[in-house]
Amino acid sequence: MSAAALPPIRPTFRALATAFVPEAASLDEPSWAEGEAIVERFLAARPAAVRRQLRLLLALLDFLPLLRHGRRFRALDAARRVRFLEAMQNAPLLLLRRGVWGVRTLAFMAYYARPAAASAIGYRADARGWQARP
Amino acid sequence: MIRRDYDVVIVGSGAGGGTVAQELAPLVKSGVRVLVLEQGPRLADDEFTGRELEMADALYEDGGAFLTADGAMTLAFGRALGGSTVVYTGTSLVAPERVIRAWAVPGLDHADLARRSARFAAQNNVHLLEPALLNDNNRLFLEGCRAAGYAAEQFPLNLKGCRGSSLCNLGCPNAAKMGTHRVQLPVAQSQGVQIVTRAEVLSIGDHALSVAVRARKQGEKGAASEWEPGAYDVRARVVVVAGGAIGSPALLLRSGFGRALPALGAGFTCHPAHILVAEHPRPITNDVGHPKSYFLDRAAAEGWVLETCMYFPFTTAKNLTGFGPPHSALMRAFPRLQMILVLACDKAVPHNRVAVDRSGKPVVHYRFTARTVEALVRATRASAKIFFAAGALRMHAPTADPPLIERGDAGRVDELVDARHFRTGKVSISAAHLMGGCAMGAAGDSARSVTDAWGRVHGVPWLRVGDASLFPDSLEINPYLTIMALADRVAEGIRTEARDLLGGGAPA
Repeated sequence: MSAAALPPIRPTFRALATAFVPEAASLDEPSWAEGEAIVERFLAARPAAVRRQLRLLLALLDFLPLLRHGRRFRALDAARRVRFLEAMQNAPLLLLRRGVWGVRTLAFMAYYARPAAASAIGYRADARGWQARP
Repeated sequence: MIRRDYDVVIVGSGAGGGTVAQELAPLVKSGVRVLVLEQGPRLADDEFTGRELEMADALYEDGGAFLTADGAMTLAFGRALGGSTVVYTGTSLVAPERVIRAWAVPGLDHADLARRSARFAAQNNVHLLEPALLNDNNRLFLEGCRAAGYAAEQFPLNLKGCRGSSLCNLGCPNAAKMGTHRVQLPVAQSQGVQIVTRAEVLSIGDHALSVAVRARKQGEKGAASEWEPGAYDVRARVVVVAGGAIGSPALLLRSGFGRALPALGAGFTCHPAHILVAEHPRPITNDVGHPKSYFLDRAAAEGWVLETCMYFPFTTAKNLTGFGPPHSALMRAFPRLQMILVLACDKAVPHNRVAVDRSGKPVVHYRFTARTVEALVRATRASAKIFFAAGALRMHAPTADPPLIERGDAGRVDELVDARHFRTGKVSISAAHLMGGCAMGAAGDSARSVTDAWGRVHGVPWLRVGDASLFPDSLEINPYLTIMALADRVAEGIRTEARDLLGGGAPA
């Protein structure tokens, strides 16, 4: 049984997730917990090295804005967060671009893999197919 | 270590392994012992729920998140009884004649593949979906193609009793897709072929396989393995490797066959793909009905193919470029989204190959050639014309910056969509047509190929390959019928040589 990956990095993960999916800002605690449990299950099936890399990457993304904005990512306002992440996803280093892509993927997983989010955007696929449509 | 003895062991149960199993099954009544080893689980019908992450975890390698070595592309392939035939959309096309001619494999001709493909198409109930069952997402593609001057074609599909759940890529919840788990493997099993699931082949030695049978974890989907969990020493007179374009070369590499076969792992291709979406002014039927009913084949002329598609919320979100309000707005438009999958017909090049790491796990090295990127760009421009001709208000193109293109800018698509915006690690690229790694070639030509035209591994008469890893280059169209046709040849080769391979008791 692997240790949970998100608790030590939860504030940074939530700050990043809210920048990637602005609607996440209005999630209540049970909804966050549901989304994070989905991510946690995904990470638990990956090698321990992936979880270590994620922790490192989130620390990097949290501290890098200090260089330019004098504040950690978590302390930035929404507009600066977006500008910082846009710069990162266009960074010359593939490692950074792919790191942001990976965190973005986990944020989308936490938000859109919840049945409530799927329903909220109007996704209605049903095993009964045409029969389920009026 | 528990020892088990068989005459033929087939590694993998997808389009290749399932077909070989069915075609060798008649040997069982002559006393030939045939075993299929499948790494993934056997799911019961009621376990196919259509829930996105739950089914991806149950049916795909790495939950569908297997990445290339540089992390720039996601490769999707099945890991369940039936392999990738459980999770594809059932599209059933015969290999293009020009592609097989270009492969130039001595002893392999198109007419033979076409004849075999037709037989499996008939067995799998391949047919064109009736017009009443087509959804708006597909109809808009057809109309858009017509208006933009393109000739879309309808996909022949291997369905029986399709209810239009749209959930094909998560395993059909209505058992309507005729994959090997529904057709060929039950035939094989009814004739006495033994199937063992959750059985990973760690390595292959001389007529011997080292196999680890895994226990079913608590809460995991699928039945427990047919064998007790543990380590097995499985002996076989003939071994057929059919673990797919990643699994097969990786297994042979970690078993040491690469020393005599320098081409092992080389020539990997995968039809790299983007998911494009466009927003229409009113809701359309997209998440109901078969998702992939039409395609536009421009492979010969321009190196790309377009297919209709429909994905699920998380998959769609992940495949759109960017984030924040524009991304969210597009996701909220889900009921109005039309989707097109653009596929580039990549070519086998030396640096794209399957390797293994120190622990023996597969690693796929893949770099996008300028030709592949250009194909994706041209295909995206064509898709834009189709979307707007079908009435879309705006579209999302990963190779545009910003990726949203409004209808008013439809005339500037060729300028807005450009290869300079293709940045690996930023744009989402995925692939599900995994090919090559154990390429066929001239008999004995171990410098340039791994097997001959019948899947016989050079210099190892008891070892055969029977899956998409045999492709010496990209097929430029959906591969599964061609995999079945090639696997059928592999089985025929074994039957023909049965006396030599299997000993005196085997039928001639």
